[in-house]
Amino acid sequence: MSSFLYMGGYAAYVWPSIGLTLAVLAWNVLAARRAHVRARSHALARAARKAAP
Amino acid sequence: MTWTWFHKLASPPHAYRIAGRLAPWFGWPAAVLVAAGLYGGLVLAPPDYQQGDGFRIVYVHAPSAWLSMMVYATMAIAAAIGLVWRIKLAHAVAAASAPIGASFTALALATGSIWGKPMWGTWWVWDARLTSELLLLFLYAGVMALRSSIDDRDRADRAAAVLAIVGVVNLPIIHYSVYWWNTLHQGSTITKIGKPSMAGDMLWPLLAMLLGFTLYYAAVLCVRLRAEVLVRERDASWLRTGSLG
Repeated sequence: MSSFLYMGGYAAYVWPSIGLTLAVLAWNVLAARRAHVRARSHALARAARKAAP
Repeated sequence: MTWTWFHKLASPPHAYRIAGRLAPWFGWPAAVLVAAGLYGGLVLAPPDYQQGDGFRIVYVHAPSAWLSMMVYATMAIAAAIGLVWRIKLAHAVAAASAPIGASFTALALATGSIWGKPMWGTWWVWDARLTSELLLLFLYAGVMALRSSIDDRDRADRAAAVLAIVGVVNLPIIHYSVYWWNTLHQGSTITKIGKPSMAGDMLWPLLAMLLGFTLYYAAVLCVRLRAEVLVRERDASWLRTGSLG
């Protein structure tokens, strides 16, 4: 296990690369979801305002 | 007419619903492929005979670089369709793609830089491959900035589309830069059709990552497209029924 983490001496380069990638993958999902939730609540609020007399 | 399906698909309420239904069908296979690709690349693949375990950065660097270009091509094609046929949904696809592509361009540059340090002895060189990829990041930024700087949506769509289309010139430059110019960057790994320069147990995790990243883009695009459609269609009657999936 520790030799796996050691990455033949390249640990300081391999693991940050993997970490950055996972961060970007997570960010894209969260940012897209946040954009959708926000747009959805705006759209519903606007529709409700228009429906009200 | 045979084109009715197309107009139906390009209608915002349909696209909104279909994108919502498709997202998990892209997202879950993407998650499985990326997990398998990372396991195969980090654990199962043998170390490279020249680069040792350092070569494993390829499993995240190459898929990011692939997406940076593939997303740009998609964005430009969507922009061209929107420009020529005036399909608003196409502009929405282009707008939804830009931040995704920009994030993977930044990731490709960052992981490339981290890979370059131990292999080349430097974080950065101003050679053709790296410089043209940096230019791609600026193109994404320019397209997004241009879009957000114009209030009128139709004009913003058209302006962003023109810039996106002009920027396509950069894609073949990025791809062929390693052949056209002397560069520190190594040649391509798998695009040599029929004769990839990689052994099978090194290759399949890379292919899994490439496919996984591509499906991941499709999934994120679906979600971002839904948001984009809602913002663009805020005064449309279909939104007033209160039935948003």
